[in-house]
Amino acid sequence: MKVVVCVKQIPDPADPGELDPDTKTLKRDVKLILDESDSYGVEMALQLVDDAGDGEVHLVSMVPNNEVSGLRTALAMGAAGATLISDECLSGSDALGTAKVLAKAIAAQEPDLVLSGTESSDGYTGTVPAQIAELLGLPSVTFAKEIAIDGGTAKVKRQTEAGYDDVECPLPAVVSVTAGVVEPRYPSFKGIMAAKNKPVEELTVEALGVDPAEVGWAGSRQDIIDIAAAPVREAGEIIEDEGDAHERIVAFLDELKVL
Amino acid sequence: MGLDKIWVFAEAQGDSVASISLEILAKAREVADTVEVFMAGHGDDHAEELGDHGATAVYVTGDLDGSLQGSAVATAVAAGIEAGDFDLPDAFILGTTQDGRDVAGRLSVKLDAPVITNVVDLEFDGDTLVGTEPVFGGSTNVKTRFTSDKVGIFLVRPKSFEAESTGGAEADVEDLDVPDLGAAGEAKITDSFAEETEGPRLDEAAIVVSGGRGMGEKDAFSMIEDLAKILGAAPGATRAIVDSGWVPYSYQVGQTGKVVKPTVYIASGISGATQHLVGMKGSKNIIAINKDSEAPIFAVADLGIIGDVHKVMPKLIEALNNR
Ligand SMILES: Cc1cc2nc3c(=O)[nH]c(=O)nc-3n(C[C@H](O)[C@H](O)[C@H](O)COP(=O)(O)OP(=O)(O)OC[C@H]3O[C@@H](n4cnc5c(N)ncnc54)[C@H](O)[C@@H]3O)c2cc1C
Ligand SMILES: Nc1ncnc2c1ncn2[C@@H]1O[C@H](COP(=O)(O)O)[C@@H](O)[C@H]1O
Repeated sequence: MKVVVCVKQIPDPADPGELDPDTKTLKRDVKLILDESDSYGVEMALQLVDDAGDGEVHLVSMVPNNEVSGLRTALAMGAAGATLISDECLSGSDALGTAKVLAKAIAAQEPDLVLSGTESSDGYTGTVPAQIAELLGLPSVTFAKEIAIDGGTAKVKRQTEAGYDDVECPLPAVVSVTAGVVEPRYPSFKGIMAAKNKPVEELTVEALGVDPAEVGWAGSRQDIIDIAAAPVREAGEIIEDEGDAHERIVAFLDELKVL
Repeated sequence: MGLDKIWVFAEAQGDSVASISLEILAKAREVADTVEVFMAGHGDDHAEELGDHGATAVYVTGDLDGSLQGSAVATAVAAGIEAGDFDLPDAFILGTTQDGRDVAGRLSVKLDAPVITNVVDLEFDGDTLVGTEPVFGGSTNVKTRFTSDKVGIFLVRPKSFEAESTGGAEADVEDLDVPDLGAAGEAKITDSFAEETEGPRLDEAAIVVSGGRGMGEKDAFSMIEDLAKILGAAPGATRAIVDSGWVPYSYQVGQTGKVVKPTVYIASGISGATQHLVGMKGSKNIIAINKDSEAPIFAVADLGIIGDVHKVMPKLIEALNNR
């Protein structure tokens, strides 16, 4: 079984960078790391291939700037190889442009299953997986909290507002996994060493066969007209508990007339 | 100023129209003369409620035989446009929900139209619609508009607008043609499970009592449930303890969980990570209990208690029980 996992490489959420006021895109000159949201997809893929008894996990990632360190992390976890679409013209791409690029790279791998996160930590559009599926003409099950492969069928528990649905879907299919579905493994020392020699195919947008006009800032066909700090809540009353703080809470609830 | 027509994707929640859909209708009506709805399933059960919230027509797919909504709704809408069955709207607005994102994603491909996501406000700039989206965990707001002549697709976050009934007449129900979906329609729901709790719904409750990792252990979450019961509140949680398996996902408040805007939000043992804050900082009043005076939750708290939840919570529960 061949599983392709979409992995986004993002600025460290602890140090997210800022928007460039000129281009109005995220300044990406910071080092990128593996999006934690995608570490679950990688782990899930490795487990499914393990359960199937044969096959491999292949990664696809799109960046404007040659970054591979996030890919190396996922390779160190156990993925066999990766496709990196790296091109300056990708800067500013929206979800649809991203999906067009990823779908092309995924199709070349002829996967049985495509995994992604439900939403990235920095972009959180949450539309890329459905867009990829539509571009590839595949069924998709988003918000998976459990996946089992049974012959040519994926059996998925899909999160809903109220609980979950059991969904069955023939392969090939696109499945997006929620955070926390599995415990992503830490790369072992051996894994990290092995990752250095694993194949990462690097392609430009044109080499991939996507029209550069469809990606990047122009392809997104959107204009940012304003960037401003969000209004902040006014600071309230902070007290240290001296054994009677609960009384202050009760009094506060009384003031609000909610008791 | 004002647009001619807006389309809204509506979802059902039990027998009613989902709150998110009614919220979107309120805004759609404010910015456009005509508001029409697209919905999976049958419309008769919802035509009255949709009409009362300003929709004049509801286009429905009929029974989907278990197929997920994304492919079915997007394919039907795109096919209808292609066949010239409708006059194109100025915008198509959907909710940031599981199915809303599926429909928006698939439709954007079919129409080759971009999507503006995570919208929390919509306003006019001249006569174009502009979406406001929080970025960097809500610290910055970005305003975006479309530059192409494609139908603009907006995905709106829950609780961004207030639902409002207008007393409008029942919406006309019209059947959509759902073409053969091919492989894309092959994902089928075989069973549904609810993890509902007793008491008010998390996203509708006037008071929400949430616990985080600072509760220490799974058993201590019973204090959250107890306090919620006394207050007639809904219990909530951070992702940290949902991921740890203390409570089901349906409890989760935040970026990837529910958005809540209660009169009172009580955060107990919660650090206040940006992804949690985006789900609750619209609450009218926030009470936080945390032993770390530096915890970011205090920056949004109206009443902050620097203290140990294991000391404060039992006394609070007792004091309220004794009233
Ligand atoms: C893409 C993405 C999406 C996310 N979505 C969400 C989401 O939807 N919702 C969400 O909640 N999180 C979300 N998160 C996770 C978020 O970043 C935080 O990790 C999470 O909210 C932290 O939960 P917590 O406050 O319970 O735990 P912690 O951050 O560990 O905080 C525990 C707090 O408890 C305090 N504490 C400890 N002991 C005591 C005690 N005895 N008495 C009082 N206080 C005590 C500590 O001082 C600390 O402040 C998301 C993360 C990512 C990357
Ligand atoms: N640039 C990218 N490279 C690889 N995968 C991506 C990229 N952008 C989005 N994805 C995938 O799509 C998922 C959802 O992202 P998003 O729709 O941006 O919230 C992510 O968790 C990734 O799996």
